[in-house]
Amino acid sequence: MSLLSIQDLSLSIHGQSILDCVSMDIGPGEICGVIGESGSGKSLTALSVMQLLPEGATCSGSIALSDIEILQADEQTLCNIRGRAVGMVFQEPMTALNPVQTIGQQVAETIRIHQRVSRSDAMVQAAKTLRKCELPLERFPLSRYPHELSGGQRQRVVIAMAIALQPKLLIADEPTTALDVTTQAEILRLLQRLVAEDGMGLMLITHDLAVVTDIADHIIIMNNGKVVERGQAKALYSNMNHPYTKSLFKASTHQPERLGQVEDTVLLSVQNVVRDYPMARKSLIKKPAPFRALNDVSFNIYKGECLGLVGESGCGKSTLTRAIMGLDDIQGGVISLNGKDVFADETAREKMQVVFQDPYGSFNPRHKVGRLVSEPFFRLGRSATNDEIVESLVSVGLEAEDRNKYIHEFSGGQRQRIAIARALIIKPELIILDEAVSALDVSIRAQILDLLAKLSTERGLTYLFITHDLTVVKAISDRVLVMRDGRIIEHGDTKTVFHSPHHDYTKKLIASAPQIQPVEGINI
Amino acid sequence: MMSETRSSRTALKSRNLFIGVALTSIFALAALLSLIWTPYDVTQLDISSKLKSPSWEHLFGTDHFGRDTFSMVMVGAQTSISVAFIAVGIGMGLGVPLGLSAAAYRGGLLDEFIMRGNDLIFAFPSLLIAIMITAVFGPSAVNAIIAIGIFNIPVFARLSRGAALPLWTRDFILSARVAGKGSARISVEHILPNITNLLVVQGTIQFSLGILAEAGLSYVGLGVQPPIPSWGRMLAESQTLISIAPHLALFPGFAILLTVLGLNLAGDGLRDLLDPRIRRTRR
Amino acid sequence: MLPYLIKRLGSLIVSLFVASLVIFACIEIVPGDPASFMLGVNAQPDTVNALREELGLNTSHTQRYVSWISGLLKGDLGTSYTYRSPVSDIVADRLQVSVPLALYALTLTILIAFPVGVLAAAWRGSAVDLFVMGATQLGIAVPNFWFAILMVIVFAINLGWFSAGGFPGWDAGILAVIKALTLPAVALALPQASILARVMRSSLLDTLSEDYIRSARAKGLSRRQVMWRHALRNAMIPVLTIIGLQFSFLLAGAIIIENVFFLPGLGRLVFQAITQRDLIVVESVVMLLVFAVVLVNFLVDLAYAWVDPRLRERS
Repeated sequence: MSLLSIQDLSLSIHGQSILDCVSMDIGPGEICGVIGESGSGKSLTALSVMQLLPEGATCSGSIALSDIEILQADEQTLCNIRGRAVGMVFQEPMTALNPVQTIGQQVAETIRIHQRVSRSDAMVQAAKTLRKCELPLERFPLSRYPHELSGGQRQRVVIAMAIALQPKLLIADEPTTALDVTTQAEILRLLQRLVAEDGMGLMLITHDLAVVTDIADHIIIMNNGKVVERGQAKALYSNMNHPYTKSLFKASTHQPERLGQVEDTVLLSVQNVVRDYPMARKSLIKKPAPFRALNDVSFNIYKGECLGLVGESGCGKSTLTRAIMGLDDIQGGVISLNGKDVFADETAREKMQVVFQDPYGSFNPRHKVGRLVSEPFFRLGRSATNDEIVESLVSVGLEAEDRNKYIHEFSGGQRQRIAIARALIIKPELIILDEAVSALDVSIRAQILDLLAKLSTERGLTYLFITHDLTVVKAISDRVLVMRDGRIIEHGDTKTVFHSPHHDYTKKLIASAPQIQPVEGINI
Repeated sequence: MMSETRSSRTALKSRNLFIGVALTSIFALAALLSLIWTPYDVTQLDISSKLKSPSWEHLFGTDHFGRDTFSMVMVGAQTSISVAFIAVGIGMGLGVPLGLSAAAYRGGLLDEFIMRGNDLIFAFPSLLIAIMITAVFGPSAVNAIIAIGIFNIPVFARLSRGAALPLWTRDFILSARVAGKGSARISVEHILPNITNLLVVQGTIQFSLGILAEAGLSYVGLGVQPPIPSWGRMLAESQTLISIAPHLALFPGFAILLTVLGLNLAGDGLRDLLDPRIRRTRR
Repeated sequence: MLPYLIKRLGSLIVSLFVASLVIFACIEIVPGDPASFMLGVNAQPDTVNALREELGLNTSHTQRYVSWISGLLKGDLGTSYTYRSPVSDIVADRLQVSVPLALYALTLTILIAFPVGVLAAAWRGSAVDLFVMGATQLGIAVPNFWFAILMVIVFAINLGWFSAGGFPGWDAGILAVIKALTLPAVALALPQASILARVMRSSLLDTLSEDYIRSARAKGLSRRQVMWRHALRNAMIPVLTIIGLQFSFLLAGAIIIENVFFLPGLGRLVFQAITQRDLIVVESVVMLLVFAVVLVNFLVDLAYAWVDPRLRERS
């Protein structure tokens, strides 16, 4: 008998239909992966089970948890179910914990809300649960506050809160999306272990096919509020029916085609670069040692090449971007483009541009696209001609009329195209792509990668592709650098690095990265 | 059902904006009109018709000198609005550039200096500043404007710094820096247009506070001096006559109340209209 | 915690020092010289000279500033020219009215604002909320001295429940004091309570939309439990800021309200001192008021650290 049974769940918010006849079953000890891109309705399905929906939402259909019908239950019953029968873990560990309460209090609260136990007994139980989630008391006393923990550790606290009473069902909504790959692998292992130990059912929601392939029993694929594909995880890969599933799968393993020639001349040279940040003063007497964000970093990029730079958050990737663009002073070393020092000779900067990660924050919302795209011309001391603006927009697949629109009229993928148009407009030789496709859905990401490949072929562009996502680097770059704690710890041909990594960290990184295993006889 | 209450709430908000703008316009028009015409001359004393109750002849009655209260309220609007308007202008004109430069050089010495200066002004209650100024230079409209204006500087400086700081971390600012633009140009081109909404909303609120402050100063005799009528002084003069002519205390009081209310409603309505964050949650 | 405290204390001392410089400079730039300014145009030259001597005007600026500050530190606020008695004695006398009035008004403000703000946030969009929003909108717009006059007409003149003005002194008994201070305290508190209630409401609503509130609901807490256990404390930070600012408004507002009710408080003292051009009193009392404001801001900073553990460690 299944633990959770959703039948024909439809949901609308303010009359707008969001979910359409969604059905799924989850049994005890089973992991059900729910996959979909943003806006597919996967998170609202989860929130419907908890009945923690946004104002104005109405549900129809049936959600049965064991023998309780959630949609008919009153608020009191629901409060009893939440936290006791169903636990939930959210995407953003940085904000999911109350900043003014200790982790012990917050885990113990789950227990005290549902059971009549003394404060100290609840604390003892909280300590046990935290240990189960690999936060032992010795290193993480209950008196810690959330801000004293890293993202991965906070997510463990959130999981501890959710499983403190050993619920029958755990819902995890993108639990690892905000985390680094290595942390992601650890959290996924933890969830898997908890399911095995406690016999919980787990609904694992994600946008990333690769995350669930290894661990899920069942997979459900959602698109536009509908379930488009379902089945046993293994069987699903060899037997995809719906075109959306096929395209999703294709996009996830997409390999853009690059025909550009790598020349022998060095375009960008980074030699022994050091970047220090001053630290906040902790004592009145001692001056604090600076934080070394870049430590003796050296590498070359050749003309026409695509160099991938991989590293987890805080490794110094973004600092490097800023140093190369000449935005922040460096404390040692030389950065030169075409032999011109970017700090000594500002004209060197005319030949490089950058595309940032966030398609929403990269543009001034008050300016029209035409003005946004022509901003780099400021450095050349003139404004862009109309032809130049149109040419750059057309080259990234947009239309000439788009120059008169504001940025909020475009989708995330289109905005990233505009960002590329802005980078192209002054005809640079080097473009730095700083996590430029990380915020995009897989299908859009594949399109942008194709666009980048096409542009490099046509114009002989050189890319420095900075990202935390190994799949992307593997797909597009010729060579790879691996960065950790401000140092380059490994470099080499993409194939060599991925097949036979030398450094332990690289090995761990590659092992942690979730991958879709190619299955024999796939028919896409 | 839900969406119905929601849209009615939206309607209520826009009704607030409408009422606010309407009230404010009435008083602004009265003030403008008083420049060229009032029913009676407010400097002309007519003891024979003193302390009359409201009638068709004198809509709001007359005061102890026989002056027409309606005309005085009209001219009072002009006083209040111009004092508050100039004071807010001073606050914005000095405060916004200070706040923007503090944000542009955040963490630096200039930032520290500007913000500590702000804290210092905040440490003086606004009325105390006015009192210090009048103690030294004597009471007058100009000194009232300066006193209220000074207090507005840190308000706008803090607001614009606070709003500019998160903008400085956005990628579009980095793009502008990549293009080689300097801090001053970025502040004007990219930061300022993105905080004007906030400034407009805060401006209306400070405007209403300015009107209250001017009334308070005039009430204790530190604002506009006789014979120019002002709402605050009319209330002060009415207080001794409270038991025989309560209407003298009512009309100027209502004038202040309605102007301030109008400005606040307009400010709130504008905030809802302009703040994309609220618009998003309402969608 | 300790570094935070030391840093706050340091900035408190610096603010006081700079404020004292500003106040001193203001008095020094009086047109003409302070002695003839205080005595008016018709003063005899030898009276002016005597006052100059008394004020120490024949010494340098620095000397005068140092002696003023060292006097302040010892509790010696100088001698009032008009009252011919030590300013500290007069101030002590006036504080017996001003401190109870300020505390009374602040208590009323908080007692009204907290429940009203919480209620409006808890029943967001309901009739209660709409009523609170409307009433507070009015409360903010009412000039408090006008409201005071209206209350005098109704409660003192027509109904005779409270006194229309004056202060009987503490010897007259607590009931008489309450009778004298209630209307002024209500007049002071009403606009402040309206502002604070709105801040409380919007801060609570902001907090209630945070992720950790959703986490808490997922643990099985009801709306009410979430409000009390998680939202309220997090919502206090902006509320504390406003309470700190309001204290300075209360002090300033008291200057006007004390005039409406003819209360012999600090505000009225400053006001009278200005009309009598008694610069010694003005200088010292303004400094005292600034000290009170800065001190309250310091206490608010301490309260932040108590509410928010993140502040305790930072720098």
